Amino acid sequence: MTGPPIKHELRSPELVVRNLSKRFGAIVALDDVSLEVNRGQVLALLGDNGAGKSTLIKCISGVHQLDSGIIELGGQPVHIRSPADARRLGIETVYQDLALFDNLGPSANFYAGRELAGPPWLPRGMRLLRGREMNETTRRLLDQLRVRLPSFDALIGLMSGGQRQAIAVARATAFATRVVILDEPTAALGVRETKQVLELIVQLRNQDSAVILITHNLDHVIEIADRAVVMRRGRNAGETKPKPENRQEIVSMIVGA
Amino acid sequence: MKTNLACSHDKASVPGGNEAAGHHLIGLALAGLRFGPGFILAALVLTLGLSSPYFFTARNLGNVLAQTATIAVLAMGQHLVILTRGIDLSVGSVLALSSVAGALVYREVHSSAVVIASMLGTGLAAGFINGFVYVWGRLPHPFIVTLATLSIARGLALELAGGAAIPGMPATILFLGGGSIGGVPTSALVAGGVALVLAGMARWLVWGRWIYSVGGNPDAARRVGIPMRGVLLSVYMICGITAGIGAVLTSGRTAAGSPLFGNLAELDSIAAVIIGGASFLGGRGHIGNALTGALMIGVIRNALNLLNVDIFFQLIAIGIIIVLAVEADVLRGRLEERFRMIQSLRVNQ
Repeated sequence: MTGPPIKHELRSPELVVRNLSKRFGAIVALDDVSLEVNRGQVLALLGDNGAGKSTLIKCISGVHQLDSGIIELGGQPVHIRSPADARRLGIETVYQDLALFDNLGPSANFYAGRELAGPPWLPRGMRLLRGREMNETTRRLLDQLRVRLPSFDALIGLMSGGQRQAIAVARATAFATRVVILDEPTAALGVRETKQVLELIVQLRNQDSAVILITHNLDHVIEIADRAVVMRRGRNAGETKPKPENRQEIVSMIVGA
Repeated sequence: MKTNLACSHDKASVPGGNEAAGHHLIGLALAGLRFGPGFILAALVLTLGLSSPYFFTARNLGNVLAQTATIAVLAMGQHLVILTRGIDLSVGSVLALSSVAGALVYREVHSSAVVIASMLGTGLAAGFINGFVYVWGRLPHPFIVTLATLSIARGLALELAGGAAIPGMPATILFLGGGSIGGVPTSALVAGGVALVLAGMARWLVWGRWIYSVGGNPDAARRVGIPMRGVLLSVYMICGITAGIGAVLTSGRTAAGSPLFGNLAELDSIAAVIIGGASFLGGRGHIGNALTGALMIGVIRNALNLLNVDIFFQLIAIGIIIVLAVEADVLRGRLEERFRMIQSLRVNQ
């Protein structure tokens, strides 16, 4: 499943983060951090706990507001004030806690917050759901991504960790037009389920999305990432090509030795 | 793919047969919990029919429905609030205030439409205040604000009415609360109508989907851009309107507006939702649960009357049933957890 890394050096980066800073009170969470990701590329974002990875992606996905710095998308500076803004701009995030609705089925989860409904002249909440259309599209997308579920009508709450994870990743895959951010997508998964999620990430890259992957698993990084960016104490600590032979180099960048 | 975790995570040693059987058993138990309230209601009705010759008379059944109608209407509003992980303790007091407001308006304006509008409007206003203070006051839970409204609305009703019932209601309200069409109490038909409207809205509108999303995972709902504040405000407003409808029915049945109406009705409405099988933890259940629960309470009250059981025992009986219902809700959560675990084991085998 490890396809040859696609060369994109000539393309301008899809997402550029420039000199981003963020503080919470007296604590500096991000200090002048910069980052670039191209389409068709998996960027692994590495670092020890508290290095600022999660804060960085939360700034990109609209959960936090930046104190200073610029985010550019497709060459244009953008202001991301809320997660909904980020989604509208084509940035999808798979959060560590998945942000799934256990009491709803796969299709309702796929379309949460962007329900297909009409007629358009009514206020959004008063529109009639187009349930069948949402079901059919969801089923087709899950088939395409080869995500198999015990029953399409079952509640997400009754599915296994891997199935839930697969649905969260598939949801991001289906709707992302530009950037997909995955925060520890394989934590707490079994072997087979992990493999399935990694395959989904490779598919994402192949469909030309820019992918940011946060993980602690260096095997996964070496297996599917095209670049590895390391953060330490809220700053950029270095970047390298993830290969088996520079594993030690990555580790020392992470721990700062 | 190469990985060094392989051995530790492979649960190949779990015996397949047992586990599959357990899986089915849990699935069965979950289905049982889901349809349990309906079965219990049916069993109650049958037992009562066999033990009292009066139960299945048209007159008694009409009584049961008429007495249940108000609880049912309140329970449906409460159900929407509970779906969003909230609670509205004020519905009984708001019902009383609405009925007093209607009675006072009727002294001045002899129009059914205006009196009904004033009752519904009072309920709506109270619901709006509940929702507004909860959402924009950034309260952690609606318990306190609706508790305050419980006190304020009752006090206001007593003050406005001078502490006593105000007799007199227009004909339409008398018909809605106390009349019947072909032997079926009008109040029951009103409750049925409310049920159809709310069930339709919850099922077919984007708004309905949002209510379930907010109740299922509030953090995720916020992150996917669901307008949380509007959704929460709307359910408290609808709950207020159902209290207003409850006022119309109760005032119609007794031909008066009274500040003493709806005493402890908030507890009945909450009990109905819970014993009807909706989850107290939010996001689970439908209008049918509220109706089933309301009918269970109505039938139990009726049973204890027909069988000449001490009236105080009703309170105890309903309390015990509430505890059992909440325990069933907890059990459901644990069974689902088990179900999920077995699911993971199967996939990784």
